[in-house]
Amino acid sequence: MSKDAILGSIRRGLRRGPLPADQRAMLESRLATHPRHLIPARSRLPRPQQVALFVRNVEKEFGTVERVPDLAALPAAVADYLAAQNLPPRFVLAPHPDLAGVPWSDRPMLEFETRRAEGTDQVSVQHGYAGIAETGTLMLPSDPARPTTLNLLPETEIVVLRASRVVGAYEEAWDRLRAEHRDALSGGFMPRNIMFVTGPSRSADIEQTLELGAHGPRRLHVILVDDDPAALPMADAEVPPRPAEPGGPTAPGD
Amino acid sequence: MHVTSPAFKANASRAMRDAGLQKALGKAKGAFLERRAAAVAALPEFERLRDIGRDIKNHTLAHLDFYLETYAANVERAGGKVHWCSTAEDARAAVLEICRKAGARTVTKGKSMISEELGINEHLEANGIQPIETDLGEYILQLRKEAPSHIIAPAFHLNREDWEADFRRMHTDLPADRVFHERRDILAEARTRLRERFLAADVGITGANFLIAETGSSVIVTNEGNGDLTQTLPRVHIVLASIEKVVPTLEDCTSLLRLLARSATGQDFSVYTTFSTGARRAGDLDGPEEYHVVLVDNGRSNMIGTEFQEMLRCIRCAACMNHCPVYGVVGGHAYGWVYPGPMGSVLTPSLVGIDKTALLPNASTFCGKCESVCPVKIPLPGMMRHWREREFERHLTPSAQRRNLGLWAFMARRPGLYRMATRAAIGALGLIGRGKGALRSLPLAGGWTEGRDLPLPEPGGTFMAQYAKARREKRA
Repeated sequence: MSKDAILGSIRRGLRRGPLPADQRAMLESRLATHPRHLIPARSRLPRPQQVALFVRNVEKEFGTVERVPDLAALPAAVADYLAAQNLPPRFVLAPHPDLAGVPWSDRPMLEFETRRAEGTDQVSVQHGYAGIAETGTLMLPSDPARPTTLNLLPETEIVVLRASRVVGAYEEAWDRLRAEHRDALSGGFMPRNIMFVTGPSRSADIEQTLELGAHGPRRLHVILVDDDPAALPMADAEVPPRPAEPGGPTAPGD
Repeated sequence: MHVTSPAFKANASRAMRDAGLQKALGKAKGAFLERRAAAVAALPEFERLRDIGRDIKNHTLAHLDFYLETYAANVERAGGKVHWCSTAEDARAAVLEICRKAGARTVTKGKSMISEELGINEHLEANGIQPIETDLGEYILQLRKEAPSHIIAPAFHLNREDWEADFRRMHTDLPADRVFHERRDILAEARTRLRERFLAADVGITGANFLIAETGSSVIVTNEGNGDLTQTLPRVHIVLASIEKVVPTLEDCTSLLRLLARSATGQDFSVYTTFSTGARRAGDLDGPEEYHVVLVDNGRSNMIGTEFQEMLRCIRCAACMNHCPVYGVVGGHAYGWVYPGPMGSVLTPSLVGIDKTALLPNASTFCGKCESVCPVKIPLPGMMRHWREREFERHLTPSAQRRNLGLWAFMARRPGLYRMATRAAIGALGLIGRGKGALRSLPLAGGWTEGRDLPLPEPGGTFMAQYAKARREKRA
């Protein structure tokens, strides 16, 4: 049996048999407490600056962000974005309760279907679970209300994210998932799939030069709903400058 | 994959005469170095994260049996199946059996180096199943019937002209006179072509950058999104992963992810970092119905407890080869197997045997750059030295080289004789090279000077002569 052969070979290398009970207990306790390691200082900021850092990092990775005051502003924001991109006012919508309650009929031109995405869909409107300021990353766990195909098949993905769901570091996003999510099948907290998305799809396989729009979306647009009074931009609080980044990432099309 | 490492010297000479390859290497290399340096400079904690990364991997390897069992139990708890495979044959058989049970005709694939190591594509093809590589670089290599020359940028050795020519040659249903104005036109054609493949595939195969013991998850990191389409759309998802990919917790994985993209492409984070845990859940509208992990040893467990154990910390970022002066001149194919550059020169002898790969640990200038950029601080030059020792012990070193080493050892034990000989050699070189800055060729050393110039000795004699002179002057 391969399993026994592999474990036996590892233990021979380590010059021991199966771990004694006390050592197993120690490792199990490490798993149960899952200690954090160093978290970079860049995201340790007051709320308004943290959200501003998230926005700046999404933009640095060639995504776009629009801030709106509440969910009622979504229809106008989506319609105007699609018009500005010369895209038809049609999209596939994530079947999420937050998005179902939006007054879409305010913009009667908008057509949408609430389902998973298919190969022919051009635009999706997805529900964001969390945003990570450290790198401008969206956390999109799979769920009946948040199909994975919405992140992959359309050329344009719009993600609706509440500002109250922007955290500093990945570790804080894991904490939220651990606290909020239950997986009926495993009894744990992990859904089938979690995508962390940082900007639109790209490839540098041709002469190591970055081009946007590989197999996933070519455009990634975040509509940030300002539901968190503590995270609103403050007129007098400027974001501290980040350390200089000589060169920075190659611009698309360079 | 067939091993051509015994022919490293011939491979390297051919590579250095290959104008197209030299052009591609020259263009590509600088970009990686600059982007990494910029990303590292923008994260002041990077050095401390390297220590943390090393410690996480060391902790895992010291308890690898425990973490693998925990991982496998959690995969099964989430409805997945783990196939433990000791050898490449076991792994190929496991993949084929899953594909057959699924009635697969076509299989899409995300980029995976372990798949190259196991020869999955050849095995599927031989059994009537068509594998389709979906990473842009891997896709063109499949058209060209070539192996990757770099572990994260498989088509590192190709120029834009190669892409255009191959696409015209292979996509014959499109107008032959179509114009590729920009690189993005090449990308767009591949996107359209592969989209049909993604939607039609019965099985999707991906690799894994990490496996998480705590949750039973597999993690892939891509920029294109091809890996995600591969694992989301088909009915069956197969993860190919080697045993050292496991880490204990999500927090451990997160710390390593902070190192991976910065070291690899110089990005703060890759575009898609995806955690997969089991198959489609009740109520889910998409995702595979079956989730399999083919967990492969293929020689790795034998490295544990040896001086090569630390090699198993490798997270396959390719920083070592991007910074290697030897890789930069000969490219990846010269190394003759799946893993090129410094990490390959250590790993390949461990996996396929030093008898076939003795030249690889010698393909190094020992400049130490690889170790200094490694995100998990693998002492690569030190391990290449271990391989050289084993090579010498096992009498694999060519006899001329052994004789010369013996001669050198004889002289080195006799300082008077040694100094006399070096004085004579310096005098002779100075005479031959009079009026030149460096020697383009040297009698009896044509092999050495073919690819490089020998700098002439500095005026003033040997180090010992200069040292003695300085002491005399000081005393006077």
